[in-house]
Order: sequence, then C-alpha cells, then structure tokens
Amino acid sequence: MSETETADLEQFRSETRAWLEANCPPEMRKPAASDGDVFWGGRNAKFSSEPQRIWFERMRDKGWTVPDWPKEYGGGGLSAAEHKVLRSEMGRIGARPPLSSFGIWMLGPALLKYGNEAQKKEHLPKIAAGLIRWCQGYSEPNAGSDLASLQTRAESDGDDFVITGSKIWTSYANYADWIFCLVRTDSAAKKHDGISFILFDMTSKGVTTKPILLISGYSPFCETFFDGVRVPKSHVVGTVNRGWDVAKYLLQHERAMISGMGERGVGRPLGQIAADSVGSDAQGKLDDSMLRGRIANFDVDEAALAACAERAVDLAKAGQAHPAFSSAMKYYGTELNKRRYEILMSAGGVDALEWESERSRQGARSRAWLRTKANSIEGGTTEVMLGIVAKRILDLPGA
Amino acid sequence: MALVLTEEQSMLRDSARGLISDKAPVSHLRSLRDSKDPTGFSKELWHSFAEMGFSGLLVPEEFGGSGLGFMEAGIVMEEIGRTLMPSPFLATSVVAASALNRGGNAAQKSEFLPKISNGSLLATLAIDEGAKHRPLQTSLQAVRAGNGFKLSGAKALVVDGHVADLFIVAARTAGSAGERDGLTLFLVNPKAKGVAIERTIMVDAHNAARIELSNVEVDADSVLGEVDQGAALLDGVLDIGRGAVAAEMVGLSDEVFNRTVEYLKNRKQFGKLIGEFQALQHRAAELYVDIEITRAATMKALQALDADVAKAASAVAVAKARAGTTATRAVQEGVQMHGGMGMTDQFDIGFFMKRARVCEELFGDTNYHTEQLARARGY
Repeated sequence: MSETETADLEQFRSETRAWLEANCPPEMRKPAASDGDVFWGGRNAKFSSEPQRIWFERMRDKGWTVPDWPKEYGGGGLSAAEHKVLRSEMGRIGARPPLSSFGIWMLGPALLKYGNEAQKKEHLPKIAAGLIRWCQGYSEPNAGSDLASLQTRAESDGDDFVITGSKIWTSYANYADWIFCLVRTDSAAKKHDGISFILFDMTSKGVTTKPILLISGYSPFCETFFDGVRVPKSHVVGTVNRGWDVAKYLLQHERAMISGMGERGVGRPLGQIAADSVGSDAQGKLDDSMLRGRIANFDVDEAALAACAERAVDLAKAGQAHPAFSSAMKYYGTELNKRRYEILMSAGGVDALEWESERSRQGARSRAWLRTKANSIEGGTTEVMLGIVAKRILDLPGA
Repeated sequence: MALVLTEEQSMLRDSARGLISDKAPVSHLRSLRDSKDPTGFSKELWHSFAEMGFSGLLVPEEFGGSGLGFMEAGIVMEEIGRTLMPSPFLATSVVAASALNRGGNAAQKSEFLPKISNGSLLATLAIDEGAKHRPLQTSLQAVRAGNGFKLSGAKALVVDGHVADLFIVAARTAGSAGERDGLTLFLVNPKAKGVAIERTIMVDAHNAARIELSNVEVDADSVLGEVDQGAALLDGVLDIGRGAVAAEMVGLSDEVFNRTVEYLKNRKQFGKLIGEFQALQHRAAELYVDIEITRAATMKALQALDADVAKAASAVAVAKARAGTTATRAVQEGVQMHGGMGMTDQFDIGFFMKRARVCEELFGDTNYHTEQLARARGY
C-alpha cells in the first residue's frame, strides 16, 4: 500500500470513528438481547425501539447497511480496505448491524454475480433499504444434506413457470415478502443439471407457510407449500437449468454467515459471565477450576477463529481464497458456538434451567442453547462440510 | 493490515524455502544426529543464512542487518519448521538479537549486533530452571560484588548452549522466586571462569544444554537493560520467541499434514485407497481446518508484535497455545495414518513428532499460555 493510500485510509478511519461516535445510539452498542430485538426490515417491519429506528435510518442513508455494494444499487461503495476499517470501528464500540437480512447475506452477493441488470436494479436497492424481507427456499422434506435431489417442479407455461411442491426449514418464511427458490425445471436431466434459481413474491396465489415448533420452543423455520404458483420466467436468475451454480455460490455466503453467528468479540467475556454465577476466589480466579480451564480453551479457539475469519476475508479480497473455504469456517464456527453454549449452560447451573420466568427472561439462555444445536445442521451439516473440505480442498479420492 | 503475505514477503518465503528445502531437507537433520555432529548444525548453511541477510533479519540496518520485522522472521521460521532444519536462527537471530536490540545500550548494540548480522556470533537466552517454563520463578542469584555481580545457579534447555559465544542470563538481583520485581538480564561469556556447560542430547536431535554458573564474575557493563527491572524486557523478548516458535510449529504441522494426505492418496488396503474411507477423510479435514486457524492466529500474533511488542501478549498467547494443540494433533494423526511405517525410524514422520514435543515446551506450553489468556481476561 502506498503512503498516500495509507494516509487516506487513516483519514477514513478517523472520520468513520467520529461519525459512529456521533450517530450510533448507546442502546445499539451492545448485542441484541433477543431475536425480537433484531431488525429484519420488510413490508411489515416494526422497530422494537426508537434507537433501533434511528440507527437503521442513519446507516441506510450512508449506504452502510451494505457498505461494500456499489452505490448505484444502494450500497456504500466502500473499498475492501475501507470496509474492513468500518467493521473494525463498529466492533470497537460494539455497534450491532443496523439491518439483518438474508437479502444482504445471501441473495445480494448471488444477484451481484449472476443477476441481469434489470434484476439488480429491481431488487438490490430494496434489500439495502430494508424494504423487502427475503427467505430461502432450498431444503425439502426429502432433500436435506442431499440438496440437489430436490423435487419441487416448475412447469413451463408460456412466459411463466408454474411451481408445485414443498420446502422445509424455510427460515422466517411466515414473515418474508419474497423467496429465492430452487426448483426443478428439467426432470429428465442429471440431478445437478435440471435446477433453476427463481425469485417470487410470497403473496403469490398458491403459497402457504406453516411454522415448525422447535425444541427451543420457538418457530424460526417453516414448512412452505407451493400449489401451482405462477411466476414469470424473467424471474430466473442466471440460466435456466444452471441454477445449481447460483445455489452453490450463494451457499458459500450462507456458510460464511452461519460461521460468524457466534457472538465473537462482543459483549462480556465468557469468564466474567461465569463469575456471576459460580463466583471467584481471592485472586479473582473462577471458583470452578475445571470450568475455568474449559472457558480458557474456548477463548483461545475463539480468538484464533476470529483471526482466521479476518484472514478469509483478506484472502478473498486478494483473490487467493479457495472457494470451498467457507465450508471449513462453517464447520468450525458452528461447532465452536455449540461449545460456547454448553459452557454457558454449565456456568449458569440451575439458574439457566428456568424456562418460563421473568428472572430468566423467559428461558433466554436455555432456548438459545437449544437453538445452537441447529447451527451444525442448517446450511449443510458438519459432516457435509468435512466432506466438501476433503473432496474440494484436499482432493481426497472418492469423496 | 491484511492477513495475507505481501509481494515482498512471498519472495522472502520463496527464497527461504528454496535454500532450506535444497540444502537442509529432513535427511540433513538425520545425518547430523547419526554422526553425532559436535556442532549440531551446519556452519556452511549458517554462512549462507548470513549472506542472504537472514541471520541479521531483525537487526537494524545501521548494525549491518536487514531491519525486517517479526512477520518476516516468522516466514523463515515456518520454512525451518517444514524440514526441521537445525539452525541458530531462533536462538541467535530472533531471541538474542531482539534482547540486545530492545534492551542493549549503544555500546552493547554496536559490539554484538553487527556480529550477529554477519553470522560470526552465536548467542542464546538462558531462562528456564525447572522442568516447566516459569520465567517469574527465576532464582539464579546475582549478588553485587565490587563494581559488578557474581552469578550462581543453573539453567536448562539453553538452545545452542554448547556452541554459543554469548549467554543472556535471566537472574534474580532482588526479591524471591515468583516475584516480578528483581529480575535482571546479564550478558555472560560462556568461557568465563565458573561456567560449566553440559550439552544435552534431546529427543528431537536439536541443540540444547544445561549450564551451571558458580560465582561467575561479571562487571556492571554486562547488565542488559535495567537492574531489577528486567521483567518487562524479558516479557517482550519471550513473546517474540513464542511467536517465532508458533510459526515453526505451523510449518511443521503443515508439512506433516501434506505428507499424510499424500500417503492417504497412495496407500491401498481392502482394495481401496485409504483416503477413500470417510473416517480418515473427516479426520484429515478437521486437521486441515485446525492448521488454517492456527496459521491465521500466528500471523495475527506476528503482526501484533510488529505493531507493538508490549501490546501483543494476548495475541501471542493465543498463537502459541493453538500451535501446541495443532502440532500435537498433526503429528499424532501423521503417525497413526501412516500406520506401522510411521513408527519406524527410517521414516521421517517421527522426527516431526519429536520436534513438535520440544517446540511445545519451548517458552511455555499450551496450558501455560491458556492460563495467561485467562488471567489477562480477568477470570
């Protein structure tokens, strides 16, 4: 990096720091207390608090809901280096993301790569502005880890496709405005070759959703049914029957997102949370030496993973990343998050077992603990991730 | 700063790899071991290191060095780790050079640093006394005598101790074992009266010695840094050494892993390549991820050292702790997946297991550094 570039970047850092100091409300400088405290946008979006609205609108107006997207599509137009500075400055004050969105994390990158100009102009600005909430129609009752065996049919009828079938584990389908969906457009072709990636409105005739009650007591996922849903062919992203390419590319982003789901580097250190319930000795050491050791081992691995996540982004920007590396990160990040919650449950002891009380915020910790068990299943199981690493990165035979 | 190598750093890696893989493959270590080589490393190769600017890599240019950073030192260490090359680079060029550069006065720097740069002086830090690395437990005594000090006590795991021209000895000038105040670093001539050196042949066939000092007289000019206040200097120097050893362990782990994956692709049993078995595929994939994460943590630590040694402690603790668990896993999986062949001396893999064990103890093991992180985080 030249001296001018370094100076420009330092200038950007000090301006960004000042702007965040002035514009990020104090309430937004800590992780969301619960899922209900996260802003997802969409037609029916409601802000849970005034600071949440202010923070979202200020960031949106700068294009910083999607800092590295081009400005013409509602993004901030930041360079890779500037984006890294923004993230580190947000991290420094614990600022939470102003908008959570599958449109940002998953569909957006896929549209930027595979979408045509009309699709980009139509959808990306609405994602950036939080106007449309998206859901993902991938898994089916008989197509989980073996995703490419999906059976939802799209029959050609003039300028439209007519879609019939069902999806499962559709995250927040009951709240979503639009869906990006994998459908079979050629049932005679080999399983990877007859799939298309298509977008449609969830209010279309023939779409129904049914929430699934999970072990956490929450229903973040739905079954989604399509009964003759009519969708214009112009809504296919990329080439008809080549949807698997789009699907795989999007999955890399999904896996990167899930691997980052743990609350890394934000909030109070695990060791201090544990001290609240198990107590400390005269030297300030946790009064449970085995738990203390587990936490310290966890902290080492978590800090190391954070470095690896940072490096993964840097490698991608430098054009040196292996495309399957997100699978490696997804495997490790989700297993680590499960470890985190096992430690939290152990640290919380009896207190963490309450399911319905004000004291426990309606069992927040135990429900979150149960929720993490899905991390290593959704978006590709740990076993599938390890298989991908073995096959695509290590080039092991027959994998 | 991005966690990727710059163009200059990639070139440095390529030239280090070229020299080391050509002149010092694992067979080089094997022949030094088998011939019971009295020096324990190749002087000729050390000259090549000096000519390429590696021996003075961390030494400022005004003292004849290359004036590069810890990231660059880590790059050379990683390549050393790949072939287990015995080299004074760690003890002399990384640890001792950093101690002299950070703690030395003008006279000490101009006396010793140019000789480190040109490869004519070998130096080493003498720190450990007990079975485990516990810097604050230092009890080797230095008592004032006339214009100087008299040193008495013993040190173990002094790397290159039997060939060094200069010892940097951590001693206690005040207080008692366990206390931070009262530590002082001394420059000691190994040929001084009262110094007894025992070369210890180690499991990894790398150089180490036990030294014993009995009323060794040094003058006041031999103090490196400040009397009684050596702990801060020592912390920084040790963290630099830890970062370097972590980088060596990344190179070692990566090399063992590459050899093991290669074996999985060639060895047939039950009519199949053993790499086709999912049980082995998943273990290999987990190990790959472990190594990549440890590599990133190590780069992060080296960058932190380059930014500010005094603020790098937690990043270094993470790197050295991770390097320990990762290297241990890599060598164990390496031997296990090579089956009976992995147990033979004829096969190289065992050399990696032995070196990993020594690296784990050098400058504090995984438990030591995990404990440091817990303390730093206040629980």
